[in-house]
Amino acid sequence: MSLEEELQSNVSVASSSPTKNTAGGGGLKVHNYFGLSDSSSVESSTLSGRVEDDKATISLKATELTLGLPGSQSTELDLLSPAKLNEKPFFPLLPSKDEICSSSSHKNIVASGNKRGFSDTMYTEKNWMFPESVAAQSVVKKEVPQNIPKGQLSTTNNSSSPPAAKAQIVGWPPVRSYRKNTLATTCKNSDEVDGKPGSAALFVKVSMDGAPYLRKVDLRSYTNYGELSSALEKMFTTFTLGHCGSNGAPGKDMLNETKLKDLLNGKDYVLTYEDKDGDWMLVGDVPWEMFIDVCKKLKIMKGCDAIGLAAAPRAIEKSKMRA
Amino acid sequence: MNRAIKSRLSTSEMNYFPDEVIEHIFDFIASHRDRNSISLVNKSWHKIERYSRHQVFIGNCYAISPERLIRRFPCLRSLTLKGKPHFADFNLVPHEWGGFLHPWIDALAKGRVGLEELRLKRMVVSDESLELLSRSFVSFKSLVLVSCDGFTTDGLASVAANCRHLRELDLQENEIDDHRGQWLNCFPDTCTTLVSLNFACLKGETNLAALERLVARSPNLKSLKVNRAVPLEALTRLMSCAPQLVDLGVGCYENEPEPESFAKLMAAIKKCTLLRSLSGFSEVAPVCLTAFYPICENLTSLNLSYAAELQGNHLIEFVQFCKRVQRLWILDSIGDKGLEIVASSCKELQELRVFPSDPHDEEDNNTAVTEVGLVAISAGCPKLHSILYFCKQMTNEALITVARNCPNFIRFRLCILEPNKPDPITSQSLDEGFGAIVQACKGLRRLSVSGLLTDKVFLYIGMYAEQLEMLSIAFAGDTDKGMLYVLNGCKKLRKLEIRDSPFGNAALLADVGKYETMRSLWMSSCEVTLGGCKRLARNAPWLNVEIINENESGRMERNEEDEREKVDRLYLYRTVVGTRRDAPPCVTIL
Repeated sequence: MSLEEELQSNVSVASSSPTKNTAGGGGLKVHNYFGLSDSSSVESSTLSGRVEDDKATISLKATELTLGLPGSQSTELDLLSPAKLNEKPFFPLLPSKDEICSSSSHKNIVASGNKRGFSDTMYTEKNWMFPESVAAQSVVKKEVPQNIPKGQLSTTNNSSSPPAAKAQIVGWPPVRSYRKNTLATTCKNSDEVDGKPGSAALFVKVSMDGAPYLRKVDLRSYTNYGELSSALEKMFTTFTLGHCGSNGAPGKDMLNETKLKDLLNGKDYVLTYEDKDGDWMLVGDVPWEMFIDVCKKLKIMKGCDAIGLAAAPRAIEKSKMRA
Repeated sequence: MNRAIKSRLSTSEMNYFPDEVIEHIFDFIASHRDRNSISLVNKSWHKIERYSRHQVFIGNCYAISPERLIRRFPCLRSLTLKGKPHFADFNLVPHEWGGFLHPWIDALAKGRVGLEELRLKRMVVSDESLELLSRSFVSFKSLVLVSCDGFTTDGLASVAANCRHLRELDLQENEIDDHRGQWLNCFPDTCTTLVSLNFACLKGETNLAALERLVARSPNLKSLKVNRAVPLEALTRLMSCAPQLVDLGVGCYENEPEPESFAKLMAAIKKCTLLRSLSGFSEVAPVCLTAFYPICENLTSLNLSYAAELQGNHLIEFVQFCKRVQRLWILDSIGDKGLEIVASSCKELQELRVFPSDPHDEEDNNTAVTEVGLVAISAGCPKLHSILYFCKQMTNEALITVARNCPNFIRFRLCILEPNKPDPITSQSLDEGFGAIVQACKGLRRLSVSGLLTDKVFLYIGMYAEQLEMLSIAFAGDTDKGMLYVLNGCKKLRKLEIRDSPFGNAALLADVGKYETMRSLWMSSCEVTLGGCKRLARNAPWLNVEIINENESGRMERNEEDEREKVDRLYLYRTVVGTRRDAPPCVTIL
């Protein structure tokens, strides 16, 4: 039990009940969990028979990384919830996506200074999954270590601590503060230029992977996710159609016919947003009013770049039902 | 007659030349360094040079006092002053550190100097100074402020109102408190002499009518850079009444323009056949950028480094048509692919700056540039001599290739965004890569290094960088030897700035005399201690050794200070006027 206490002390919010069910023997597995080399079993996707002895283990692991109750509707934006992550039914699909996108995802995982945003993307879609039970957890939970690329785990550990070191170095990178401030306030100033001091309209930037420029939408002009979604679809469909087949830098960012179809079918792209805390969340997980309150910007991400977010269409649907 | 001929042959007889002749010869010599050399030849030349010197450059405003300057150069017309150390640009120097303009204006006014031109960098300028300036110098023509702060648009209003012959008002990247007043209205109707007007850094609204009237009555206007409050239609009108523009800074227009407005804009742009330089674009719909296609080919200077909203493809589409561009400032959203296209299109490129669009890596941005872009540029642009490159990663192999392709670099500034990052392929330090650069580029004058670096890179720099004048070091080196290699090797070093590197007292104190040959040394978050700095100050009374404290509220208590305490920020510089008296509490001068 002492090990558990030790583990619990790493967690800033009281752990959930599953912790108490764990046996002391889970401790060893916990160390393996943190041992990055062991997590190289990422690529294997099968639900092998490790479920039962991992049940306890994984609950412990869940505890370690969870700063809130698994299954809770907490809106704590720093919550890491591999438990919820585990519940995604598409987990078996993930590894293959990993392979396809391993270059891009691994690119994001650099030795030090991992992008908090990206790692949090993985772990903070808390509510778009179904209300989970412990049993449900255990079935898929073992996927956690296997589906997270090596680097991610280290990031996970660090996610509860301050953001990547480089973001905190004073005066680095050496860019003139005038320049930094100007680029940072571009969004704010545009609201002023539009003549609306901010209370009437709520403009947020919308970017899309592969798009040559950003758009802006006024969140207050929609009343629910559906309207937003179709407006964005229109906006970016027009644009993507216009750019189909155009010359320009070839490469993975270029949209083509197949991708366009997938876009329209909502398969390959997901809508995400950055909230006030700088975390990237899947759109649709909170009530609409709360959403427009916290949303800072929107991004239409490629599915494989948003590991763990591939079930977006379902999620949006779900939240529409709730909202 | 014979004597005259003999006197021409003998250099020691040069004194017999009438002063007016010598002065006339000196008029052809503009470079202040050459002038400084001339003044050292003999007393006579020193005197002649003094009275004929009209332009003075002062790299550190605390190296000399305004009174002494005026005594030596009473016929001064143009003054350039630099204040805060370079790292002040990155918030490493407290705002109140110093660099105040006022004492200079005061002294120049009292000395009845016929000042016509003032260029300032990183100085603290107040509205009072600007007002005094505008009233004291009847022939004042040109004010250029770069990275300054401390003033408001009220100060600009005084300049506009009182400087009857103003030709140039150029405000670059200053922090100006915009009172949204009517400073543009303060230019009298009789003011028709403007050649250059740049107020791009003003954040507030602009009186468009006043601006248009001003531009309309300024037939000599060659350079106009407006701020983001100047929308599309206004820009069109401005360009229509100033088709002679050579240099244009565009404001901000976010929305998709009406076809008619757009057509008018295009028509106005087409008429600006003399346009060679383009900048601004802080928020622009890509279609508006396309309006400039007709004059793309004429551009020699293009600054899109504030165009944060434009993504790679649009940048590429535009830049590839700028075949004559010599100076290109751009964001890294252009990507490696974009740089490859630049390399194949822009053969006249001489200076390239690639800034990070996402300095803190907050957006999951995969299009930042890498060594690939740099290599492409070096291979494709034979005239390249200056580069500032922010990138995600760099390899030794790439740097070696770049060095081979471009031995003509004068300025090479590489910033790998992540400190201490090694060569991603070999996991080694970048010593060899930078070593190749300094070895190949024999004319290198300015160098900034980054990434994982050991003492070895400094050995290379000391050995090969013979012309190096300015070196910037961050998160590099292992021991004092690194810094010593540089101090001992780089004979022409003038400015050395170091942060977060393990150099300490041994390096600092090894050759105190070296600092007399340099303008300044900056060391922050290094290993030098208070004791070391004190020792230095004792041994070099002609240096100002400033300790800038972390805790800005109080000076160090002499009795309580621990000499073993590491100094957070050290800034030392040679001076002929001793300790300055305007230092704030957070600065201790030893």
